Amino acid sequence: MSIQTPLGRVRGLGSAKAGVEHFWHQRVTAVVLAPLTLWFVWSVARYTGAPHAEVVTFLGNPFNATAMLLFVAAGLYHMSLGVQVIIEDYIGREILKLALLLLNKFAAVAIGTMCAVAVLRIAISGS
Amino acid sequence: MAQSSSPPQPRPRSPHLQIYRWPVTMGTSILHRLTGFGLALGTLILAWWLVAASMGAETYGVFEGAAFHWFGRLVLFGFTLALVFHSLNGVRHLFWDLGRGFEVSTANASGIAVYVLTPLLTLAIWLLAYSSMEAR
Repeated sequence: MSIQTPLGRVRGLGSAKAGVEHFWHQRVTAVVLAPLTLWFVWSVARYTGAPHAEVVTFLGNPFNATAMLLFVAAGLYHMSLGVQVIIEDYIGREILKLALLLLNKFAAVAIGTMCAVAVLRIAISGS
Repeated sequence: MAQSSSPPQPRPRSPHLQIYRWPVTMGTSILHRLTGFGLALGTLILAWWLVAASMGAETYGVFEGAAFHWFGRLVLFGFTLALVFHSLNGVRHLFWDLGRGFEVSTANASGIAVYVLTPLLTLAIWLLAYSSMEAR
């Protein structure tokens, strides 16, 4: 047993020290996504209907590939945080909630990995 | 204890959704969640596009066939609308996180600005896309 007082134990662990990761990460990814979304929308609009070779050349450019990877990573992390809150808000049954929370995380990682493999494949092999 | 013969009074309830006059901020809040969930589903389209592009011209053609189909265009238009709304409204949320723009008049005005700008920006994006296609 510690002789530390309850006050001493919590001192320094107040707001923003722990327990706000979810909130904070949602905001950090949001800030990152603002400029990346501008770039994404602008790029997709300009390459709408472009032949495959041109799209591959665009995505194969190291700067574009980097921006796309960051967009995908930040977007899917932001997505998983947001969908998690929706599940927690609306799903009452504990077992179903757990299943959906797991599905949410797995889907985010799987979709993100898939996008990353595709972008890297284009960037490296230029297929 | 005095016994009451009348049945117990029903507990007071808070007014339900239909009773309220919908405040601007309520609409934008609900739409923010709705568009966010829609965009989550939309990540599958993004993955499809990238994977198709990485697999070669033939597979990319299949994606294009679906994307240019009228139903594909409808889905992609909805995706653009949701992306624009969620992005613009997200900026509002970031300002609120800084403790700014909380006054009712400001929050209403910024919400209406989002409502006005969302369709305008969405149309501008689609005009850019169509004009890029025409220019090829």
